[in-house]
Amino acid sequence: MSKVKMTANIVRQDNIATDIFSMVVDAKEIAQSAKPGQFANLYSSDGSKLLPRPISICEVDKEAGTLRFVYRVAGEGTKEFSKLTSDHQIDILGPLGNGYDLKEKKAILIGGGIGIPPMLQLAKELNCDKSIVLGYRDEEFLSKEFEPYGKVYMSSDSGTIGVKGTVLDAIREYGIEGDVIYACGPTPMLKAIQEYALSNGIEAQLSLEERMACGVGACLACVCKSKEVDDHSKVNNKRVCKDGPVFYAEEVTF
Amino acid sequence: MNTKVNIAGVEFKNPITVASGTFGSGMEYDEFVNLDNLGAVTTKGVANIPWPGNPTPRIAETYGGMMNAIGLQNPGIDTFIERDIPFLKTKNTKIIVNVCGKSKEDYVEVVERLANQPVDLLEINVSCPNVKEGGIAFGQDPKALFEITKAVKEKAKQPIIMKLSPNVTDITEMARAAEAAGSDALSLINTLTGMKIDVNRRTFAVANKTAGVSGPAIKPIAIRMVYQVANAVKIPIIGMGGCMNANDALEFIMAGASAVAVGTANFNNPYATVEIIKGIEEYMIKNNIDDINEIIGCVK
Repeated sequence: MSKVKMTANIVRQDNIATDIFSMVVDAKEIAQSAKPGQFANLYSSDGSKLLPRPISICEVDKEAGTLRFVYRVAGEGTKEFSKLTSDHQIDILGPLGNGYDLKEKKAILIGGGIGIPPMLQLAKELNCDKSIVLGYRDEEFLSKEFEPYGKVYMSSDSGTIGVKGTVLDAIREYGIEGDVIYACGPTPMLKAIQEYALSNGIEAQLSLEERMACGVGACLACVCKSKEVDDHSKVNNKRVCKDGPVFYAEEVTF
Repeated sequence: MNTKVNIAGVEFKNPITVASGTFGSGMEYDEFVNLDNLGAVTTKGVANIPWPGNPTPRIAETYGGMMNAIGLQNPGIDTFIERDIPFLKTKNTKIIVNVCGKSKEDYVEVVERLANQPVDLLEINVSCPNVKEGGIAFGQDPKALFEITKAVKEKAKQPIIMKLSPNVTDITEMARAAEAAGSDALSLINTLTGMKIDVNRRTFAVANKTAGVSGPAIKPIAIRMVYQVANAVKIPIIGMGGCMNANDALEFIMAGASAVAVGTANFNNPYATVEIIKGIEEYMIKNNIDDINEIIGCVK
């Protein structure tokens, strides 16, 4: 299960929505042990950009030995990645982080924005009754790929896709029920899901995001606040990259 | 071919260590790098009690580097002695413990707690730009630096290395003060205080507002300061500041550093340290250098 840094061939790259790209890479050593909810560090080939870009794993094909990343172009680093084609290679370190604990309970998978991609591999691996709730700003992506794995519900800020409002509005509107929530998305969404889950007594696993440097737990850049004193740090901080990115709702404070 | 260097009576098998704070206590990099191959491991700064550090975001990328304001989050000396030192003792490398504090008493307490511990050198961090009290306050005034160095040296059982800040007018003045107070070696440079503004959010990129800049963007400044200090004091220097590859490490060595710490490069490439060691050996073979010590400070 150890982490591997390797140079991977790009298999394909597709622009699937505005600023959203899907990149498949040939990374057998990483694909072999990758789990839903884990991420990888992708490195720029430009020496002026030294820090890796941590990107969640959208899909793992263990047989083909490939990983798929669906990511948003947010700056110069991700812009560089978006221009890579099957003639190119990219340096990758992974798999990183803990990933989700897969439970055999009725599940609600919630993805918001660029937090949607990691829910796809989770949806594929979860062997139980599940509802999938996807929240968008105003442009849909990936939702059709979820359809084989469960009933898909959508919401959008603009109201152009599904329910107008948040993913929680969609959950209430459609009366979606489950015994465990798996979520990934922006912090305000995770905070709202945390409150919803704790007040309704539903188990929830939340995947957090924070700016990272090393990605392996050494530099202490990407900490989040923990409710209890953390056993490693001895303070109320946990490392998102190493102790997370997935935490139980009761472990963290926003 | 000899790659061994001597820092204050402690022999490193080669001149490469890591910059404090970039490598934890080595545990997280153990699966990438055989720590036995490093000249020394320099730990993340440790204080007398656990420190929570600064709010996030704690880092930002800059052109050819990064900036950080972690704020010296650390688990405190008790945990460090129970967990980190025993781990490092399983490795065949030298151990440099970085010590931080908010007051003279804090530093002395940590140094005293380490007195009977099997560690080789103590690096005293009086130059962190990211904590409000202590730290840098001792590192920007030669008189204060002299006093803290003297206080630590009196209690230390291991040789001490004062870690100098580049955020001063004349670093040689600071180096001389540390040497005069009994410091056994020096390490330099710590990060340069910087600032970055996120124009989309119209706020500071790092929550602490200011943050320490590191990486190859600051290397020419680090090389210049190592050169100046090497010509101002007699004690050995551990050079650092943007060392990314063997060529950079050789620059530090030729400027006068007896050892070189690799920092930000670890984030870009977890194998950076061992690749640099190999590159130095290749350079020595290619250039018929039998002993690395021949080229320490060879550029005058």
